[in-house]
Amino acid sequence: MGSFLPNSEQEQLQMLNEIGFNSFEELFGHIPEQVLLKNLNLAEGMSELQAMDHMEELADKNVKFRHIFRGAGAYNHYIPAIVGSVVNKEQFVTAYTPYQAEISQGILQSIFEYQTMICELTGMDTSNASVYDGSTAAAEAVAMCQERKRNVAFISETSNPETIKVIKTYCYGNGIDVVMVPEKDGLTDAEALKEAMGASSACFYVQQPNFYGNIEDCDALGEIAHAAGAKFIMGCNPMSLAVLKTPAEYGADVAVGDGQPLGLGLAFGGPYLGFMAATDKMVRRLPGRIVGETVDRDDKRAYVLTLQAREQHIRREKASSNICSNQALCALTVGVYLSAMGEQGLTQAAELCVSKAHYLQGVLAEAGLQPKYNHPFFHEFVTVSDVNSKVILEALEKKGILGGYPLNDKEILWCATEKNTKAEMDQVAAIVKEVCG
Amino acid sequence: MKLIFERGKEGQACTLMPACDVPQVTLAAPKREKKLHLPHVSENELSRHYTELGKQVHGVNDGFYPLGSCTMKYNPKVNEKAAALPGFTNVHPLQPAHTVQGCIEVLKQTQEMLCEITGMDAMTLQPAAGAHGEFTGLLLIKSYHESRGDVKRTKIIVPDSAHGTNPASATMVGYDIVNIPSAADGCVDIEKLREAVGEDTAGLMLTNPNTVGIFDKNILEITSIVHEAGGLVYYDGANLNAVMGVVRPGDMGFDVIHLNLHKTFSTPHGGGGPGSGPVGCKSFLAQFLPGLQPVEKDGALSLVAPENSVGSVKAFHGNFLVVVKAMTYILMLGKEGIPAAAKNAVLNANYMMNKLKDIYPMAYDTVCMHEFVMCLEKMKHDIDVSAMDVAKALLDYGIHPPTMYFPLIVHEALMVEPTETESKETLDEAIAVFRKIYEDAQANPAAMHECPVHTPVRRLDEVRAARKPVLRYTFE
Amino acid sequence: MTHPAELMYSKSHEWVKFIDETTALIGLTDYAQDALGDLVYVNLPEEGDDVTAGESFADVESVKAVSDVFSPVSGTVAEVNEELIDAPEKMNEDPYGAWLIKVENITEKEELLTAEEYIEFYENEEA
Repeated sequence: MGSFLPNSEQEQLQMLNEIGFNSFEELFGHIPEQVLLKNLNLAEGMSELQAMDHMEELADKNVKFRHIFRGAGAYNHYIPAIVGSVVNKEQFVTAYTPYQAEISQGILQSIFEYQTMICELTGMDTSNASVYDGSTAAAEAVAMCQERKRNVAFISETSNPETIKVIKTYCYGNGIDVVMVPEKDGLTDAEALKEAMGASSACFYVQQPNFYGNIEDCDALGEIAHAAGAKFIMGCNPMSLAVLKTPAEYGADVAVGDGQPLGLGLAFGGPYLGFMAATDKMVRRLPGRIVGETVDRDDKRAYVLTLQAREQHIRREKASSNICSNQALCALTVGVYLSAMGEQGLTQAAELCVSKAHYLQGVLAEAGLQPKYNHPFFHEFVTVSDVNSKVILEALEKKGILGGYPLNDKEILWCATEKNTKAEMDQVAAIVKEVCG
Repeated sequence: MKLIFERGKEGQACTLMPACDVPQVTLAAPKREKKLHLPHVSENELSRHYTELGKQVHGVNDGFYPLGSCTMKYNPKVNEKAAALPGFTNVHPLQPAHTVQGCIEVLKQTQEMLCEITGMDAMTLQPAAGAHGEFTGLLLIKSYHESRGDVKRTKIIVPDSAHGTNPASATMVGYDIVNIPSAADGCVDIEKLREAVGEDTAGLMLTNPNTVGIFDKNILEITSIVHEAGGLVYYDGANLNAVMGVVRPGDMGFDVIHLNLHKTFSTPHGGGGPGSGPVGCKSFLAQFLPGLQPVEKDGALSLVAPENSVGSVKAFHGNFLVVVKAMTYILMLGKEGIPAAAKNAVLNANYMMNKLKDIYPMAYDTVCMHEFVMCLEKMKHDIDVSAMDVAKALLDYGIHPPTMYFPLIVHEALMVEPTETESKETLDEAIAVFRKIYEDAQANPAAMHECPVHTPVRRLDEVRAARKPVLRYTFE
Repeated sequence: MTHPAELMYSKSHEWVKFIDETTALIGLTDYAQDALGDLVYVNLPEEGDDVTAGESFADVESVKAVSDVFSPVSGTVAEVNEELIDAPEKMNEDPYGAWLIKVENITEKEELLTAEEYIEFYENEEA
């Protein structure tokens, strides 16, 4: 069996004896007999070699696509080599939450740097140290906006369905009423929003670019939300913020999103990271950890977890969120990724996404998959066809290509990133043409 | 230390992106106007920056880490190796089921093993942390009562020794909190519990062993009192490391539990995350579980939402790679290794406690489980040396301090959890350090307020940080 | 520690300064600020909110704790001292200058103590 116990059985017995026990049974003697487990029905422990072999066998059962054209909330971007080299350092991997600031400056500073970068990307005043993922960030943002007399959250139907589901689940818990704002031609129906919002509205959440890849008119939407006295929350793809108008420029009160595109692998959905940034006015309502700058006793610049009185360990049942961790290692990943890319690299990657996605849309249209919408888009778009989505995607799969995400029998949501080459996209088009032709 | 923004200069960068091989498109959409400031450093500078940051972090690999209630055990390297397999890391969460049979099998096998260890019937791996698990578990309790039309149950009972997340989680699902005081032995006061339960009781949240490191012997009576009142009992798995393979929450009468894979099951904490907080439940609650469940049919696995699922608490399938790590660990320990880990965790704690209790008074002088709580109230009163001072003195010896000022029912508390992966030698050395600090404190109490002196920075001005928050770097 | 004789005090450690029969300023006593330690933030109500004698109307934060501030009177908030939001340290440095709220239309007040009675009260409470 595998074991990570350093003490031999003889040493264990010696230690037991030293403190007055003859056996483990005696040490556990105060536990009532009725609850003691008689038999743990697990297999015998494995050696490291066997365990690794077992895990490799499982990993091999998955199909690992060399060519990926699927996004829908998880994006296939290039991860620079330096990212893995930094985030696999044992100190970062094995440390706890940096409560003891004197021996945690490395983590605290990395989070402070991360917060700064999120503020830069979103244009917002303040960022927290991250939450579990983009969907929970959206749900926490909605909870932030709840006020005594404002208890209705408006969520655009054009948001990612996973995010909508999580927001609804959180709101089932905290009692906020959720109203879905209908979609119209791939965009949020602004008229419907305007009619629905009123004095009890707490907030409006919209995703930019939205689930269908389309770029929403967030100036108009934000204005409607603010006119009703509600907060305006934007869920953003962080990669797109290198080129698109920022949530701050759109007047958002809270900006959230998933940091996965910034250096985190697909990993079957996690771990990712949720970023949350807000205007200065909303800082006290921001949940989760926040790192701040201060000085130590010798007046040396240093960093520390701060504004902790907002949090559950102090406020207990009066806290607005129970979160007491962040995705620190993922925040470090994002920090290293953005440092490696720089402004120039990130902008270049974002522009590559735009150009490649537009090229893909063009060649797919020629091959028989027509674009469903005619709106500006970033790196995702929807196609329609009379040929069943399943047939198209299976044909691609046979050639080792993960095609777009099937929305239904006729519609597919495609994504292209800087990783997709012209040759790859031409191949996709050729296969599609064969199926549709 | 310099910030990454203070290094390098405009124009420096890593070369990562290729030239565009398709016609360049200019977006017909509003563009950002504000200049984007990101670091501009060469790869060498970047690498050195983080190496320097790494030197200012104390991880489990750097030394003894007896941080109570956090189970800072050794993180086996094989876990990392398994989680780095490209067959796991390069898989899209929305791939068709037949292309992710291995991932689904990881979920299935891990759930089955965790159910066996905890005595539960069903499990979800979707929650990303312990607090997230609490929230999820309470959603199950809420769904259960509502499904029966039992809407008058609006209260969750929490002992005063509970972690702050318990009441905060209950508030997040709209419950009111009833705090009950602990008995003199730190355990649940049975009479107070009887008085507190009633028709409005939705449930009780409890850890066992509790937050003072003691196994509550009355556990069967406690869970049946709540059940008789029509409530459910929630097990906070923070302290499972003391009893895994020895006692199961399911056998103690708990209906719903959360686990911390990053504590009990050896996955690393990552400086605050990612973790994983699976939620297990008895069969009658399985229909409410969030997310998707692995289902086997004709030899093929697929993912299906439970009948009356409460929804999703996180996108996709939870922190999958963390699950891979925990699974690897459980496979290696197996049926003998799991209880052996718990037994040695308890042994190491009792060993340390016994070697310190003559000078550091224990909050409860009885056999402890995997952790013990020292009460430094007398030291604080007599010579004005606080739990904080002792903790900070430990930093100078390369030892991560115990958890300070928790639980709230013990004043000047230091909560010590050595874990099973520490050798007798390490414990003996740490015991010697604790004793030396005690002697130093007696000889020169004032000097204790100066600790630490050998760390990269010294005690911080937390008041300044909170009064005038500086939460980001400002560019010129 | 000082407790000016011209003020009235509550058992939950707030001071009250009556401007007229139905209008008063409310703040934290010197004893309270000393016990709470360095205050870093205050959550104040809004103008026009109602306050009720014996109930919390604000909370103050130190680095490691948050504490409710209770109203010794029932009435309407006429003014809040917004200066404290940017300078919470005033509550420590000048507790009797750092009023939290001004209440008008006071309809009810709890039993209030004189400075002398207040000192006796907290000394007993400590013992």
